[in-house]
Amino acid sequence: MIGELGQILLIIALVAAVVQAWGGLVARPQPRLVTVAAVWQALGILGAIVLLGVAFVNNDFSLSYVAQNSHRTLPLIYRIAAVWGGHEGSMLLWLAALSVWSLFALRGLRRHDLSYAARTLGMLGVVGASVGAFVLFTSNPFARLLPAAEEGMSLNPMLQDPGMAMHPPLLYLGYVGTAVPFAMTLAALWGGAPAGWTRWVRPYTAVALALLSFGIALGSWWAYYVLGWGGWWFWDPVENASLMPWLALAALLHVQIARDQHGRFPYWTATLSVGAFVLALLGTFLVRSGVLTSVHAFASDPRRGSVMLALIAAALFGSLALVAKNGERLRSERQSRAPALLSRDTALAVNNLLLVAACGCVLLGTLYPLIMDALQLGKLSVGPPYFDAVMTPVLLPVLFLLMPAIWINWSRDRGSDLLCRLRPTLIAVLIGVFVLPFVLAHVYGQVYPLVVIALLGAVGVIVSTLHWAWRRLRSGGLGAAGTGMVIAHLGVAAFVVGVAMVKGYGLEHDVHMQPGGTHQLGGCSLVFDRMGEREGPNYTAQTGHFTLTCGDGAARPLVTEKRNYVNFGMPMTESAIDWGLTRDIYVALGSPDEPADAGAWSVRVQYKPFVRWIWIGVVLMALGALSAAAAARFRRTVPHADRQAAVPSSTSVEIQA
Amino acid sequence: MSKDVASGRRWGLWGVLAGALALLALLAVGMTRDPRELPSVLIGKPWPDMVLPQLNNTAPDGAPIGPAQWRGKPRLVNLWASWCGTCREEHPVLLDLAETLRAKGRADQLIGLNYKDQPADANAWLNNLGNPFSTVIVDANGRLGIELGVYGAPETFIVDAKGVIVWKHIGALTPEVVANEIMPRLEERS
Repeated sequence: MIGELGQILLIIALVAAVVQAWGGLVARPQPRLVTVAAVWQALGILGAIVLLGVAFVNNDFSLSYVAQNSHRTLPLIYRIAAVWGGHEGSMLLWLAALSVWSLFALRGLRRHDLSYAARTLGMLGVVGASVGAFVLFTSNPFARLLPAAEEGMSLNPMLQDPGMAMHPPLLYLGYVGTAVPFAMTLAALWGGAPAGWTRWVRPYTAVALALLSFGIALGSWWAYYVLGWGGWWFWDPVENASLMPWLALAALLHVQIARDQHGRFPYWTATLSVGAFVLALLGTFLVRSGVLTSVHAFASDPRRGSVMLALIAAALFGSLALVAKNGERLRSERQSRAPALLSRDTALAVNNLLLVAACGCVLLGTLYPLIMDALQLGKLSVGPPYFDAVMTPVLLPVLFLLMPAIWINWSRDRGSDLLCRLRPTLIAVLIGVFVLPFVLAHVYGQVYPLVVIALLGAVGVIVSTLHWAWRRLRSGGLGAAGTGMVIAHLGVAAFVVGVAMVKGYGLEHDVHMQPGGTHQLGGCSLVFDRMGEREGPNYTAQTGHFTLTCGDGAARPLVTEKRNYVNFGMPMTESAIDWGLTRDIYVALGSPDEPADAGAWSVRVQYKPFVRWIWIGVVLMALGALSAAAAARFRRTVPHADRQAAVPSSTSVEIQA
Repeated sequence: MSKDVASGRRWGLWGVLAGALALLALLAVGMTRDPRELPSVLIGKPWPDMVLPQLNNTAPDGAPIGPAQWRGKPRLVNLWASWCGTCREEHPVLLDLAETLRAKGRADQLIGLNYKDQPADANAWLNNLGNPFSTVIVDANGRLGIELGVYGAPETFIVDAKGVIVWKHIGALTPEVVANEIMPRLEERS
């Protein structure tokens, strides 16, 4: 019954999406029809997801998807999280994220301009209808299994973790958020847009970036403590698939300021809007088609891959055709003189160039195995050595650009004035040049030039940003957007500190320990007390009990587990972490040494200096983006400066100075 | 806006179009290739010399058995386990292959390798679904799996008459793979 009801809801949502697309894109947009259709679409999709959840909670193994991803012994929370544990359900989640975004876009835009809101929703309807048809015809989560299975195959144990339960919804909300700037750009191309649209689009970009950041941070954090390797980023194709839209969104968020306030980069902004969405689709394609091997890759199905490929092609060629036909509609209404070389505009252009170059490097590294294979040049994989070598020289300049960028004036600036404003920052960096190597040598015993350079950059960014915030506060306040920028840039600095310290001073020891044995690491001593056993709801675990004593501190117990889940052969590692702001001590059980009865185990012990700063940094960037999105001026109806231009909704007034 | 800028944009559009076409072509070709089809370093190496016990229901004596006993004709070794869902999917293919080989009087070419499994579960599986194997050897702790560099179940190997690994497949077997890859290699005489 639930299966059939879910099926009907999906069909309703698909029809509603088609109506929404039609109502928004006809010559005279129908805002009321579009609103009703968007609500029906959301009800259909969200209803379908709830029904699928009910099927999981009730262990309804007559649904093929439930039988493949659940098990009677699975705890309730993971039965719910299993809704998006496989391909079909996660595509449904994709749609749900799209309908949530559509409702928010509708709510935000209809206050400004009804017909533009309808056109944007029309474009989102096209996306919704395409992906909805994809779900219904190639990946139906409500497909029946006859006869019903006695017992499910259970959820992949890697996904049975609180962090993993939340990771997909956040990531998908971020991914799919790229659809809003995409739809707003295409809507502007389709039927013109009121002048304010370049401002209204900014909060959506910011929120999408924030949610994507949270999602990526959660995935990275999960990989750190569940996979048992102690790494935080593996350059896995699917991780890269989420990083590429993130980089594009970050570039877009910055260039939108120049586009909105000074009418610069109109075509480039549009290109990035389309690019971010296509990269998000590409990510979905890479995960779902099985063209690349990855920890995330599910069984490959050529039919699904071909349809996803067709969707990407449609998005690319559709937007290209629109730009070719109506490109003039993107042109800025207010365009002042060309900016001087030393100006905020140039800084933003360089920022975008570097971020997009980074994105291109990730894309190349991700697709390279595919290129080689397609050209029959052999099988290979591209790993961390490539990405480390390529990303460092591209991203370090971004860090150093950050110091002066916030101080440079728009349009033109004088070098001497800029130097004057940067004086505290330069002094701090100069002090750092002399002090940092000594501090590092004293604490860690070694100095690596690259770590010092990165830390100098971080110090410079922190001082420059705080100095800027202080100046702003004294002259009348930061505002939500300014606060957001300060938080996000401090987040970048924190992230860099974490990455540099872990790369430079992280220690990994693979040791063999007997119960009673001791291992020294990073000024701490780790004692292996004993092995034990524990029964979980759907697994049995071997537990390794350790005691950690650091310097003067008290002894802390650490328990790491090796879990064997029902229905899965591969044991899962739960690492034990003694965490701190300046370092983590990370213990993970390997495997018992031969002969097994001797009681010795291989144990991976790691010392991770400042590793928390990586996630703190990403969370700060996300919070900064959220704060910027909350800025009051984004919600103001028709900004004063644009009022005149906004009256005829599709004319563009050009003021040549 | 001047004519130069407009024509620059037109070139930009063509450039993006060309890039998009190249990307789509690449992805389309990529889809026809299987990333799991890895050239194994094992090819050309002898099968690990490890003597393993047999699963009790396939041979009354259940004596340990090693690669030395297989010399003389090519053998197919299929690694499976009762906890492996994909193995259930490929099982009918193996039963068909066993039928074909039995018709030719060469059923003993099909060898099962029960991997990290409970004997009771493994026996229940073979009793319920049918047993395509002439012999099933048991790798309870996964030692042979480590020697073979196993990614996960199922995996399939072909060992030639001299005991050298000549072919490896990761994931479920399909009728096409059996017809195109396996049958010719099992026919070979040394």
